[in-house]
Amino acid sequence: MALNTAPNIPDPDGFYAELLNAHEGLSDDDSIALNARLILILANHIGDRAVLSEALAAASKGDTK
Amino acid sequence: MPLDDRYQLAFRLYPYERSPDQDASAPVRHPVVIMGGGPIGVAAALDLGLQGIPVVLLDDHEGVGQGSRAICFAKRTLEIAHRYGCAQPMLDKGVVWNLGKVFHDDRQVYEFNLLPEEGHRFPAFINLQQPYFERFLVERVRDAQAQGAPIELRGKNRVDAVEVRDDHVVLDITTPDGPYRISADWLIGCDGASSPLRKMMGLEFEGRVFEDNFLIADITMKADFPTERWFWFEPHFKSGDSALLHKQPDGVWRIDFQLGWDIDRTEELKEENVRRRLDAMLGPDVEYELVWTSIYTFQCRRMKKFRHGRVIFAGDAAHQVSPFGARGANSGIQDVDNLGWKLGLVLNGTAPESLLDTYDLERRHGADENILNSSRSTDFITPKSKISHVFRNAVLDLAEHHAFARPLVNSGRLSVPCVYDGLPLNTVDALPEGPARTRPGASCPDAPLGHGFLLDHLGGGFVLLGVGTDVPDELEVDGVTLPGLSVPAEGDIKDRYLGNAESAVYLIRPDQHVAARWPAYDNAMVRAALARAIGKD
Repeated sequence: MALNTAPNIPDPDGFYAELLNAHEGLSDDDSIALNARLILILANHIGDRAVLSEALAAASKGDTK
Repeated sequence: MPLDDRYQLAFRLYPYERSPDQDASAPVRHPVVIMGGGPIGVAAALDLGLQGIPVVLLDDHEGVGQGSRAICFAKRTLEIAHRYGCAQPMLDKGVVWNLGKVFHDDRQVYEFNLLPEEGHRFPAFINLQQPYFERFLVERVRDAQAQGAPIELRGKNRVDAVEVRDDHVVLDITTPDGPYRISADWLIGCDGASSPLRKMMGLEFEGRVFEDNFLIADITMKADFPTERWFWFEPHFKSGDSALLHKQPDGVWRIDFQLGWDIDRTEELKEENVRRRLDAMLGPDVEYELVWTSIYTFQCRRMKKFRHGRVIFAGDAAHQVSPFGARGANSGIQDVDNLGWKLGLVLNGTAPESLLDTYDLERRHGADENILNSSRSTDFITPKSKISHVFRNAVLDLAEHHAFARPLVNSGRLSVPCVYDGLPLNTVDALPEGPARTRPGASCPDAPLGHGFLLDHLGGGFVLLGVGTDVPDELEVDGVTLPGLSVPAEGDIKDRYLGNAESAVYLIRPDQHVAARWPAYDNAMVRAALARAIGKD
């Protein structure tokens, strides 16, 4: 698999806190929009179409609710 | 205000006795007075008393309050207690655990093993009800007293007012026999999160309030749960927004339920309501007895400064964290470990008073780290916005199948000793190829040595440690006697203290933190580093 799902972020707690801070005080709609921008920025950084397809599939499978 | 007990006692350990101070015509002056006889106050009394420093501890009760409260005691705490001579009964009584499981709804999403590293005297954690922890400390005080340690524990001595002067503090005390006064060269406030001393001095205690209530139920049951930490996010049994199950000694289980903010405390604490939640969790066939129940809320906050002239604060009085990560009592014990030797050196004239400002710096650094970690855990456990709840559950959904999400699951980051990186008592690392875990500022990791362990030989006073090289058996520097310990470069000591280096010399503080390290012994450098470590630089 080309998609890396092993832990790859140094300081995971710090990253998570920064992610939530970015949403601090935003309305639900603004949060959704922020997430969309973030996904597009990260997708462009990844660039690899196969990896992006795998990531989409992994995220869709997680939707168990 | 009458001197009534505010809570029931688990153990009556220091009954009121009349002191000759109460009959003195003028306030008797003591070098050190400690306010508060909880674990931090008693540990402080023990640290100073074992150094031969006369210390008087005042508490408005006659012993330890009921309720398990702090239950997770970390390796570092046990190492400090070992230095004080009371870790063994804690270890004997405590429950050792390594495995934690995290559930979301009805699925196990993740399991962790503390995987304690081999070659340490103590396990990563023990679970032990706080009253036992306190009792073992007080029993050690009694032994030390019998051997001449100048410690006095005065029960039913409530401090009602303090006058803080430049070089001493005068205390107004109420006892069952009426009021009296004493004065102290130094006053240590260990009087808990709601510290009356802090209020008497009008000092601020600011931070974040977390709008949530947690119900604790300690129960005994004959159920077949393993000795593991189980944590549920949004449990399927609906007893709370999160739930925790943890084993204690005496067949007691700690169960925590997150109740939310708008609750009726009195209603929730009614036995039938507590049992309704427990029944849903444990199932209809499990019989259990309620031992203790309580509802708590918490804040993450600290005082701006822990030292105010001749008054020094330690433990919850100085800083308060959420319970996630067991960073309350464990950090308070580290406060005492840090303060004891510094106050000792100042009192005997070896170090300048300014050394105590480094207690303030170092332990504020520790408190900030604990507050950061416990705030993040709390934000994960109790998401405060829709989007943080969405992210939290996304992490939990992914964690079951994708390893990358597991480090993001945060049900508490368990207490480890902080490293005093970049703080003034350290000498710049002269062994950069050495292991990061033993860099200046770090607490020394244990390792087997001979028939015992390395830490048995460190602490109490400064020590010069030579690994794979010889250091002088004893040096005299700036009024400090510095014994040397030369050990062979082998086994765990080699891994933990040399890394890729051929040999190393460590200057180790009385609290077993590294002050400086070099590739080889150099008298002038050791002298300079020691002077720096006692605040003379």
